[in-house]
Amino acid sequence: MGEIRTLRKRTCEYEAVEALVLGFASTNPSCDTPPLKKRRSSDDHFPNLFDALSDELLFLILDRLDSSPFDKKSFSVVCRSFYAAESLHRRLLRPLRSDLVPSVLSRYPSISHLDFSLCPRVSDGVLASIAAASAGPSLLSINLSSSRSFSHSGLGALAASCVSLVEINLSNMIDLNDASAAAIGRARNLEKLWMARCKLVTDMGIGCIAVGCRKLRLLCLKWCLGLTDLGLGLMAVKCREVRNLDLSFTMVTKKCLPAILQLPYLEELSLVGCPGVDDEGLTSLKQGCKSLEVLNMSNCQHVSDVGLSSIVNDAVSLRQLILAYYSPVTHSLTSSLLKLSNLEKVKFDGCRITASGLLALGNSCISLKELSLSKCSGVTDEGLSSVLMKHKGLTKLDITCCRKITDISIASIANSCSYLTSLKMESCNLVSKHAFCMIGERCHLLEELDLTDNDLDNQGLKAISNCHRLSILKIGLCLNVNDEGVIQIGKSCPLLEELDLYRSVGITDTGIMAIAHGCPSLQMINLAYCTEITDIALRSLSKCSKLNTLELRGCFQVSNYGLAGVALGCREIIKLDIKKCYHITDAGMVSLARLCYHLRQINLSYSSVTEVGLLALASISCLQSMTILHLSGLTPSGLAAALLASGGLTKVKLHMSFKSLIPKFLIQHLESRGCMLQWRDKPFQAEVDANEIWKQQSQDLVATGGF
Amino acid sequence: MDLKQKGVAEISSSYPHILDETSESLNGDLLFPQFNSLHYGLKSSSSEIGHEVQNQDQSVAPSSFFDSQILSWDPRAMLNKLSFLEHKVHQVQDIVHSIANHDGRFSIHADEVAAQQQLVTADLTCIIIQLISTAGTLLPAMKNSIISANPELERSRVATTSPGTAFSDEKMIAPSETMKASDFDELINGLSGCGTAGDELIECLKNMGSGVVETAPMEDHDLKDADDGENLLPGSYEVLQLEKEEILAPHTHFCMICGKGFKRDANLRMHMRGHGDEYKTPAALAKPTKESNSEPTPIRRYSCPFIGCKRNKAHKKFLPLKTILCVKNHYKRSHCDKRYTCSRCNGKKFSVLADLKTHEKHCGRDKWLCSCGTTFSRKDKLFGHITLFQGHSPALPADESKVLGALEEKVTVGDMVCNLGGGSFGDGIQLDAKGIDDDRGFFSLMNFDSYNFGSLDDFPRPAFDVSEGSFCLSSGSSSFMTRNDVNSSSHRLG
Repeated sequence: MGEIRTLRKRTCEYEAVEALVLGFASTNPSCDTPPLKKRRSSDDHFPNLFDALSDELLFLILDRLDSSPFDKKSFSVVCRSFYAAESLHRRLLRPLRSDLVPSVLSRYPSISHLDFSLCPRVSDGVLASIAAASAGPSLLSINLSSSRSFSHSGLGALAASCVSLVEINLSNMIDLNDASAAAIGRARNLEKLWMARCKLVTDMGIGCIAVGCRKLRLLCLKWCLGLTDLGLGLMAVKCREVRNLDLSFTMVTKKCLPAILQLPYLEELSLVGCPGVDDEGLTSLKQGCKSLEVLNMSNCQHVSDVGLSSIVNDAVSLRQLILAYYSPVTHSLTSSLLKLSNLEKVKFDGCRITASGLLALGNSCISLKELSLSKCSGVTDEGLSSVLMKHKGLTKLDITCCRKITDISIASIANSCSYLTSLKMESCNLVSKHAFCMIGERCHLLEELDLTDNDLDNQGLKAISNCHRLSILKIGLCLNVNDEGVIQIGKSCPLLEELDLYRSVGITDTGIMAIAHGCPSLQMINLAYCTEITDIALRSLSKCSKLNTLELRGCFQVSNYGLAGVALGCREIIKLDIKKCYHITDAGMVSLARLCYHLRQINLSYSSVTEVGLLALASISCLQSMTILHLSGLTPSGLAAALLASGGLTKVKLHMSFKSLIPKFLIQHLESRGCMLQWRDKPFQAEVDANEIWKQQSQDLVATGGF
Repeated sequence: MDLKQKGVAEISSSYPHILDETSESLNGDLLFPQFNSLHYGLKSSSSEIGHEVQNQDQSVAPSSFFDSQILSWDPRAMLNKLSFLEHKVHQVQDIVHSIANHDGRFSIHADEVAAQQQLVTADLTCIIIQLISTAGTLLPAMKNSIISANPELERSRVATTSPGTAFSDEKMIAPSETMKASDFDELINGLSGCGTAGDELIECLKNMGSGVVETAPMEDHDLKDADDGENLLPGSYEVLQLEKEEILAPHTHFCMICGKGFKRDANLRMHMRGHGDEYKTPAALAKPTKESNSEPTPIRRYSCPFIGCKRNKAHKKFLPLKTILCVKNHYKRSHCDKRYTCSRCNGKKFSVLADLKTHEKHCGRDKWLCSCGTTFSRKDKLFGHITLFQGHSPALPADESKVLGALEEKVTVGDMVCNLGGGSFGDGIQLDAKGIDDDRGFFSLMNFDSYNFGSLDDFPRPAFDVSEGSFCLSSGSSSFMTRNDVNSSSHRLG
């Protein structure tokens, strides 16, 4: 059968090319239609015109449908040949329930990527059935990062049968043991392996992998606390092809660092939070790694500029350097970057940076494109300006929480960095409202702008609307902004995808209507605590069909009517937060359940939903995470029924008081299904905080926090 | 010469207050360069008495040149052989003596007597073989131009041997009696007689040596070797080479009175208290101070006598050994049979007893397993193995929990080594290895074993079938020797 298919495919390919060249569909049904289909059509005496289209043509159509999951579904139900074509065409499968996978796999024979990230439970049987399926030998990648309850036997079957497997993601498998690692070691062609948080794997396991998977190019061993220098050293000796290595939060010490840095092709190395890496070990390195391009040494407390300079000394091709929460960034550190002519990206998040360090940074790197100084203490107008003067080609700048900078810095940003595409400057409190006009006028290429918690006003926002390419705009906590500015944004920024209006009290329905009208590609909008928002705004948002994240927390005026509008228009909603929307009841849930099949995460706290609504939500098979606190009408038995009915749940936040009221065996059953129950004991807060009071409180907190 | 020297030693140690000067003068005499060179390894840490005891120990050990390919006639080797012969004769004497004692006192088992008889025959065969081979080594030298020296040598050799035997006889016969002046005079005479004979011998050897390549004194030779064979700091240390037999000798200190062997000088001094009040004086019990405290002692390094070994000074990339203990352990581990088999796994063999003991601690608990089937007690060793060999991978034991538990294993292994060091065992070698002084050390049966085996190994190949009997019985002989020592001392006290 397989032979026949490939034979047919070859002829079809020829036909397809011919068809494309001549500009009409192939007219040779005897060649194009599969035997089964032909028989059927002849039996019925109603020849289907769609059958005339070759599979290859259908594949070309399908190639263009990749973006939306709905479209493919619609395509596949057109007719049998479309259905078959879609089955043959599909490469990626992201199942919701693993128990259906064996039967699904028989429909999709050419699956090469399996993503189980939505399945909390994948049993050995499922893995064995994948291994036995016809797609098994051609499977290229499998993602088991969010799944549990499989063991070495399943992995062993997978590794034995799926000979072309090149990617396995086993992150978060906290009960993965050495036997499983040994099973993975049998996948000889493996090139990418993620094992983050596999804490039980010891040197023996990684040794099996190192010896078995000689072609490994990417290896992520983040949080693998069972590993020591022995295993890591062996890996470095055996897997010479490794290009990308993540050893963050491991017990790696100076003993195996030389071996790792002698990996001939190593390009990306992460050593975040490695307490065993220190100056002494780094200075004793005979040679750095010449091929290294990305180095992340954030949070290494025992490494100072001495150690860093010895590791970057030979790394002539270094492009990215990430040193978040590092020891003080001083003159000597930044001047050690002087030689790195290829350096493009530097991150000093959360470091204490000296003025001389900043000055030296200005002198050192010639081609810097990205700079992050977020939460750095010690960033001053003078230092920042000197850096910006030298690096006029900067495209991304992050100066979040640099609380000392003023309009002078913003002016130098506006004057020097005209190529800026991303600017993040949350909580720069000393910057005045006039500064934002400068940004809007000079930085036209901005695509991402974060002005959260700044002194922004309508004038500034209007100026910013000059950045027509803007796709992400965050102006939460800017209390001086109102509809006037937002309307301007809606008019001039058609590419807007994310809008954060958190606690922007001045925003009313008119502003949101303008956004909904002007930004059709909006995907995420945060309207939390915008208390003026009503159902009208929600009805208008139904125009944004790509909306997937909606935050309505504390918008107490919205009701089921508005929610139904959103549900009707925005079918792709994935995350929804309706906490403290007191008027939303079970009816809203029913409309959600009937229309939003993709809903994955919902927060229902303080709303008027009861178990009827919860049971309705249970029909959404994608639903994984629920927060159900302080629902006045919820009974324990109703909650139990709803939890039992929602098969796909992985995380539920519940109030502590329910813990004793729900039967023990049910809790056990849920946990065995892969659902994590989190018990919260928050006091009941009926009222929504007034925004002004909240802002005052947060600023007091900042003031006392030592800034 | 050696025998003469030994005679001096015995007397001087028995009567240090009288003969101190004599022995001093004899010891320091330039007439005995070879003798001094034989001392090198042990001299620095030992007293006058210690010296002499060691001297006897030297006499126990035959030459390393015995089986080495040296064409010329080596006087030192000859001396060693002779002393070995003498020791053998002593041994046989001891055995016969004890048989006589037994006959007088106890009703002994027939098989024990048979064993002893076999032992005596074996030892005698050994002596004969040794004699023949010693004479054989002279043959090539006969062809040399200095043949004229040979008859004299032969003569002096005979002359040396007989008084030496007489001395030892005397020693054996009259140990418990208080020495009378006449006896003492006799001894002195004998000594002087010996001395002249020894002088003659030395003269003769010197004459011979002038014609042979190896004329330079040992020390100089060593230094020279160290200089041109090594790139280490020239003259920063001197290289000493112990002979095979010295290395394998169980004891280095011997009681002048009862002949009992000790590993440590201190133990010997403790033992000597039982022989009379004169050994109980603080001076006799005190730790002998080094003669030249003010002079900085040169750094000594040791060479392995095995030709071709990297630890041998003749090797191009010579790596010296740091202490005598290192020499002993190295020689046993590298150039001796692995005679200690682990009784638990029946697989692992060791030549150093301490290694066996260490192994037994974790035998059966080697859970670091390679896919090739090799087990390791330590994870780093396994990983070193895997790093080295292509295609080998770590193998997990069937029980996964074992692997998990093995994480803690490293710690316990470390503790274990500490326990060993703490001296919970009476084994001498082990304690030696840890550098801890322990009086119980010399009771180890295995030490005797190792001694006997070591000396048997020296036999020329053709004689091997003859000596097989003694080979089998070696453990019996050793236990016997221990008992004999005890017997003789008790007899003396009674």
